[in-house]
Amino acid sequence: MGNTLQIVWLIPLLPLIGFLINGLFRKQLSKSLVGIIGSGVILASFILSIYVFMQVKGGNTHLAHYFNFINTTSLKVGFDFQIDQLSSIFLLIITGVGFLIHVYSTSYMHEEESKDFAKYFAYLNLFVFSMLLLVMGGNYIIMFIGWEGVGLCSYLLIGYWFKNNEYTNAAKKAFIMNRIGDLGFLLAVFWLLNRIGSADYHTVFENVSKLSLTDITGITMLLFVGATGKSAQIPLYTWLPDAMAGPTPVSALIHAATMVTAGIYMIARSNILFTMAPVTQTVIAVVGLATAILAATIALKQNDIKKVLAYSTVSQLGYMFLGLGVGAYTGAVFHVMTHAFFKALLFLGAGSVIHAMSGEQDMRNMGGLKKYMSVTHITFLLGCIAIAGIPPFSGFFSKDEILAGAFANNPLYWGIGVVGALMTAFYMFRLYAMTFLGKFRGTHEQEHHLHESPAAITIPLVILAILAVIGGFVGIPEVFMHGGHKLEAFLEPIFEETNKYVAANHPHQPLSHSKEYLLMGISVGGALVALIFAWNKFSKYEKSDAEETGFGKVLANKWYVDELYDAIIVKPRNSLAAFLNNIVEKKGVDGLVNGVGKAVSYGSRQIRLLQSGQVGVYVLLMVIGMLVLFIVKFFL
Amino acid sequence: MFGNDITIPHLLIFIPLLAGLLTFFIKKEATVKAWSLIASFITLAVSILSLVYAKRDDLSGYSFNYEWLKHIGASFAVQLDGVGRLLTLLTAIAFPLIFITAYKASYKNANSFYGLMLLTQTGLMGVFLSTDALLFYFFWELALIPVYFLCSRWGGERRIQATFKFFVYTFAGSLIMLVGIIYVYLHTVPILDQQTKAVVSDHSFALRAFQAADFSASQQNWLFWLFFIAFAIKMPIFPFHTWQPDAYEQSPTPVTMVLSGVMVKMGLFGVIRWLLPMFPLAVVKFDNVVIGLSVIGIIYASLIAIKQDDLKRLAAYSSIAHIGLMCASLFTTKQVAIEGVMIQMFNHGINIIGLWIVIELTERQLGVRKISQLGGVAHKAPVLTIMLVVIALANIALPLTNAFVGEFMMFTGLFQFNIWYTVVAGLSIILAAVYTLNMIQKVFYGESNVLTASMKDISLNEKLVLAVIVVLIFAVGIYPQPFFELTKASVAALITTFK
Repeated sequence: MGNTLQIVWLIPLLPLIGFLINGLFRKQLSKSLVGIIGSGVILASFILSIYVFMQVKGGNTHLAHYFNFINTTSLKVGFDFQIDQLSSIFLLIITGVGFLIHVYSTSYMHEEESKDFAKYFAYLNLFVFSMLLLVMGGNYIIMFIGWEGVGLCSYLLIGYWFKNNEYTNAAKKAFIMNRIGDLGFLLAVFWLLNRIGSADYHTVFENVSKLSLTDITGITMLLFVGATGKSAQIPLYTWLPDAMAGPTPVSALIHAATMVTAGIYMIARSNILFTMAPVTQTVIAVVGLATAILAATIALKQNDIKKVLAYSTVSQLGYMFLGLGVGAYTGAVFHVMTHAFFKALLFLGAGSVIHAMSGEQDMRNMGGLKKYMSVTHITFLLGCIAIAGIPPFSGFFSKDEILAGAFANNPLYWGIGVVGALMTAFYMFRLYAMTFLGKFRGTHEQEHHLHESPAAITIPLVILAILAVIGGFVGIPEVFMHGGHKLEAFLEPIFEETNKYVAANHPHQPLSHSKEYLLMGISVGGALVALIFAWNKFSKYEKSDAEETGFGKVLANKWYVDELYDAIIVKPRNSLAAFLNNIVEKKGVDGLVNGVGKAVSYGSRQIRLLQSGQVGVYVLLMVIGMLVLFIVKFFL
Repeated sequence: MFGNDITIPHLLIFIPLLAGLLTFFIKKEATVKAWSLIASFITLAVSILSLVYAKRDDLSGYSFNYEWLKHIGASFAVQLDGVGRLLTLLTAIAFPLIFITAYKASYKNANSFYGLMLLTQTGLMGVFLSTDALLFYFFWELALIPVYFLCSRWGGERRIQATFKFFVYTFAGSLIMLVGIIYVYLHTVPILDQQTKAVVSDHSFALRAFQAADFSASQQNWLFWLFFIAFAIKMPIFPFHTWQPDAYEQSPTPVTMVLSGVMVKMGLFGVIRWLLPMFPLAVVKFDNVVIGLSVIGIIYASLIAIKQDDLKRLAAYSSIAHIGLMCASLFTTKQVAIEGVMIQMFNHGINIIGLWIVIELTERQLGVRKISQLGGVAHKAPVLTIMLVVIALANIALPLTNAFVGEFMMFTGLFQFNIWYTVVAGLSIILAAVYTLNMIQKVFYGESNVLTASMKDISLNEKLVLAVIVVLIFAVGIYPQPFFELTKASVAALITTFK
């Protein structure tokens, strides 16, 4: 009990209390009080998280057991938290970025009715609670509680404006696609329970040697299926762009900075399992890379500012999976962190723009916003540079680490990854130029209304912009500065087993410095070229009603993946359901039952005729019966 | 505590019995309602007390044995042990909830209606408490007959057809089981007087004697089906399920709640109490058949649920899917799965009763329960919507709701049995989300229409009823351990047969 980390239960509890207060008293509380409670609990959790981080940095990790969730002879699951280097990093991201987004929301959602405003904050607090459970859980089952919890909150927040059918469709789609992944996750947990008898992280990781290669491959593949759902990878990524139906701060928090990184957290947490499953590793790398490229191509042709950012998120998540797949776990976690900074910044910036544009999200109707909203403009530009991977901004360091890891694994991965990075720079600066440069293309009414957002919006933007610029310095590569990768050193204990295993089984040569500089030069140079090209091209953008043609049309229509899923999954499922309902159930099973009923009643009507009341007939029947019995007895 | 002659099992049976019989003689509707409600609350209080003071590790629990038909070896033997505890609690909780929900509704000849309802409760309690096969059969039928009258007199338009099918179907099952009971009875050992060692009766109906009856594998192989079919119809599992959607749709909602919340558990309970211990060899032999049927049923019912427009039929098919998983889990004979079933039988009852209450409250206000005619209810009735969303999430087994724990354990056990069954049955996790979220979207979200524009939020006592359900959902979902404590010794004993 003496451990100073014993109080970690407060970190998730505070948001839960915020949820309960705002949820139960949504009609009584004023908007400002709701905002103070909603943001205040997250701030308190953030301060505690800093404390936890300092403790962990000092070498103090903690495994807390609170009560028995399930405790029978056949299954034991504790309500346990595991606080270590990995969870403390995620705690900081979730509560830190989370707090900024709560503050931002007090202004962004201010036009909502008071009780809806409270509902929004209640959901947001509930989300933070679930996300904290996810990263703090000491076993896969507590993680799964958070895992489905964040999915639920995502569903509730995407469908926040529930009167709009399209939005609730998007919410439903998100939940169902997540559930497909969740089934994979669950099956993996059942598998672990079956083989190891426990789902506690430490028990599982200590007993990996008990698992056969088939087991490990099966388990990790299923866990990865879970990750593709939550973290929007092929084939389960299509919900994320639709999820943009939710309020923009929600997109920033849930669909960019935190929830969608749950899959990366889970794999990083289970790193030793994945390291021992080379087949799964390859699958993850390939899927991650394919997602990164596919989403980037789609982002090139989107006109909705949030859709571009959504596909960009899918694409960046793809890079993180590429990192995991090639064993660059630290790089993936690093990218989670920097991405949380710059992508939350970009989404919140987009929100500020949408706010100023009176709800307009189509970039074709924007342009020239630079002179109306300077804070939003500058911070957004910094975010774009960061995501494009231009040094010394944060995105450069984390992406470079992943690409370097990819090169060491397979140069082809690196090559494709760099192409994706060029596209990233291109579509981000297309977005930037179409929004902020050139001349305004909206209506006069919109133009009249243009304004910089209030401080509750711009201050989070500024803070995130600073982080997006300097956030990369915690992970300076060895080639620049010896011992510069503070994050790697910090996370070392988490990946200790993996590092030992790799060193023992497939030691690889570190890249020579000159080669590393060359690789960096190629990707940075390419990104710069793409950036300048996009800048030039789209700052002169003229609105035209001409539709996309040829390949552009395919990209604008997102490779028709939604249509494909509809045709090969949704429609057949519905037809099957209709067939079962209308034919098999009504005509078949029930028909058979009713048929039996009819046959019985027909039969009894016939049999009734036998009961004629004439004693002679009865005697005759009796004799026949006895004869039959007699024959049976003697001859059979 | 209650002297030697009257024990808790007695109270659980006789309070509803006497209250029910008396109800027939009360004239005023208001008195009938108040009376039945009070009686059901007393039963609930007894039930809760019995669990608070339960001797958890004692396998026989509270038991009582009165040899009322000595010469044929039948006794009034009742016992409240780990197998029955949660189901008696469920029965005790269900009826007050049902009566409160029905308080505002008016049923013709209220005294018969409520009298029959209480008799049904008697039958259910009896089924969960009997340890004598004859007594068990008696209560099994006692639970069925009042329901038949309730459906056929107070049901919907197509009630005659629906109840006839229901009755014939389940009655046919019962008769087959009766043949089985008699056959097993004839193979039990004689009962001897303890002092004189004289034969008191040639055979015995006692549960212990039934379990001890020694059957060869080939005898078990056909005896198994005599019992199983009766239980399978009651649950029901595919393909014996078609009576259910019709019966649920056509019954008055209080009866539907009894049927779906509690009565379907009779089948599962029968398997646990009688079938598994009596015919272990046949259970192991036919496990794949039963689990296969159950798993087919899970997917089949889930898919059909997607196509339902009537809220009652939707709930019916969803229930068939859930029961299918419980049945499959029982036949894995894995400890973790059966522990999951035990808690899930209770949870399923609570959740589906909650669902019916929401449907009933909506239908009572608007007169329809077609999904396609509803919409935008959330805006008009936010509290009802919040309650429904919680219940619906429990219905799809979201973590921290009650159903998650049970489903998780059942799937864990099913996985130990066979991975592929788990994968296929697991698809229902996705399909359940599909039909449940569709329903929420179409009924509660969107703009309100002409019909739903007049909708009002629920009243205080309706809120309280649903609040009880919601509290139970979270309480069991967050801290299920006390429930496991109540059942685990009995499950462990049951499972020894299969180890």
